[in-house]
Amino acid sequence: MNLSVTQAGFLTSVQDLGRNGFRQFGVSVGGALDSHALRVANLLIGNDESDAGLEITFGGLRMRLQDKRVIAWCGGDFDIRSGSTPLPAGHACVLDAGDELAIDQPKIGCRAWLTISGGIDVPPVLGSRSTDLRAKFGGLIGRALRDGDEAPLGNQSEFSRSLVDLLRERRVASWSSPVEWSSTAKTETVLRVIRGVDWPRFHEVTRQRLSSDAFVVSPDSDRMGVRFDGPELHRNDDVDHVSEAVAPGTIQVPPGGRPILLLGDCQTIGGYPKIAHVITVDLSLAAQLRAGNHVRFSEVSMANAHRLLLERERQLERFRIGLRLHDS
Amino acid sequence: MDITPLGDSALIVHVRDRFKDAPEKTLNEVLDVRGRLEDAHIPGVIELAAAYTTVAVFFDPIRVINHAVEPDRVIEWLTQKIHESLPPGERKRRKKAAARTVEIPVCYDPEFALDLDHVAQHARMSPKEVVDLHSAADYHVSCIGFTPGFPYLAGLPEKLTTPRRATPRKEIPAGSVAIGGTQSGIYPLRSPGGWNVIGRTPLRLFEPQKNPPTLLRAGDRLRFRAISRQEFEAWTF
Repeated sequence: MNLSVTQAGFLTSVQDLGRNGFRQFGVSVGGALDSHALRVANLLIGNDESDAGLEITFGGLRMRLQDKRVIAWCGGDFDIRSGSTPLPAGHACVLDAGDELAIDQPKIGCRAWLTISGGIDVPPVLGSRSTDLRAKFGGLIGRALRDGDEAPLGNQSEFSRSLVDLLRERRVASWSSPVEWSSTAKTETVLRVIRGVDWPRFHEVTRQRLSSDAFVVSPDSDRMGVRFDGPELHRNDDVDHVSEAVAPGTIQVPPGGRPILLLGDCQTIGGYPKIAHVITVDLSLAAQLRAGNHVRFSEVSMANAHRLLLERERQLERFRIGLRLHDS
Repeated sequence: MDITPLGDSALIVHVRDRFKDAPEKTLNEVLDVRGRLEDAHIPGVIELAAAYTTVAVFFDPIRVINHAVEPDRVIEWLTQKIHESLPPGERKRRKKAAARTVEIPVCYDPEFALDLDHVAQHARMSPKEVVDLHSAADYHVSCIGFTPGFPYLAGLPEKLTTPRRATPRKEIPAGSVAIGGTQSGIYPLRSPGGWNVIGRTPLRLFEPQKNPPTLLRAGDRLRFRAISRQEFEAWTF
């Protein structure tokens, strides 16, 4: 059974939790820029949390399913509906065969992750179904979706089938995931950071600027990274360092002084100084940044970064158990 | 050996301070460290990536914590495990994998060699001398990065050192062999780039359907062999 794309929108691609193990070959991790949102949207509908879904940027998507399935989505402030029925974020919803699902431009944020029971069953490449848009492989023949595309769907789990049955009347589940997981876009974003290895190479004034000023997101941002128009951050020295690994969350500062926050499709290595790193739990917020947004950074300790991640993981575990109760 | 965090889910092991003073020695040490860390199977470690003077250790903090590590001690615990895997006395004992030598055919035809004249002018020699020098040298793959399969090559004859272009090209054809500063490299995919293109190889450097997906790996020795336009065409078909 297939998913039919009537209108592909601005940028829609197949993504799962990304590609690990191939950095040494220069292959980016990629995957859903907010992997937590994809996990939650998958769990809501009885998928494996690592199943592939759609990452939708700036909306504009119209699609249909060939058979009746459950769907869910998490992400920015989008208006998603099927006919006149609004499909709210963080809820399992039934989509009938042939019904059109329509996603308009978001009011806040820029991305959403949409899952369909059974997952998008494109062949895995290098261990992942994610589309590597830069290297043109994975996903649907290595590219973003286009109008008229058909994408194969996998077999539904028992849990998914029972949800289809349970929700046949009301269509939208009465339960939902926590709002902070399903609706991640903010008008004023604060990203928590830990210090980077090159922190001491910046002036005291520059370091203070990082924690006090608002940074403006540039239109030049994409899945590789969020670029900031300013303020500029200047170094004490001009010494170029040998390239070493970078990762999603790394904030690097090229000679011009305009910082770049790296996201999932970033290169595997880089030579620019690394002033700080956005902590893993806040990558969900970073994935919603769009041109003109104002961002502030606030420093936390490494231990805090790990405690926050552990806390979210424990909540996700409780959420996973709670979902199973709706099935019994 | 200095170990510093790269965000909350990776550590960077600094094997040496500098690369240029001893590329081959550094490369061997770095690959040796990567091998030892691979063998150590440290719980929670997802993957290792070597680059020039460093080895990056990517880990899943949750899996480390699930291994009975206090959430406040993840970095401390991993750092200790890494140090334990790299005892200083045993440096040379690990069997070194024999370095492969890969030959890369390159066509230096003017149609492919977009910046050969520029490199020649900069080096104050003829284009033919540039080609002869470039294809006579022994290279080492010091790192794979930029795009999948892109090899950063140490060993470029000093005379051929050419600064990167002030304005990068929006598109460089796949297979382009280029010079950027003191390094040579090969663009596996059509991509933007700022290096000076001096030729093209008909070989495919990145094939995602294969495992490993790249023709080259860090540590490989490499030589370029000049081929004619006819040979290049024959390779492609």
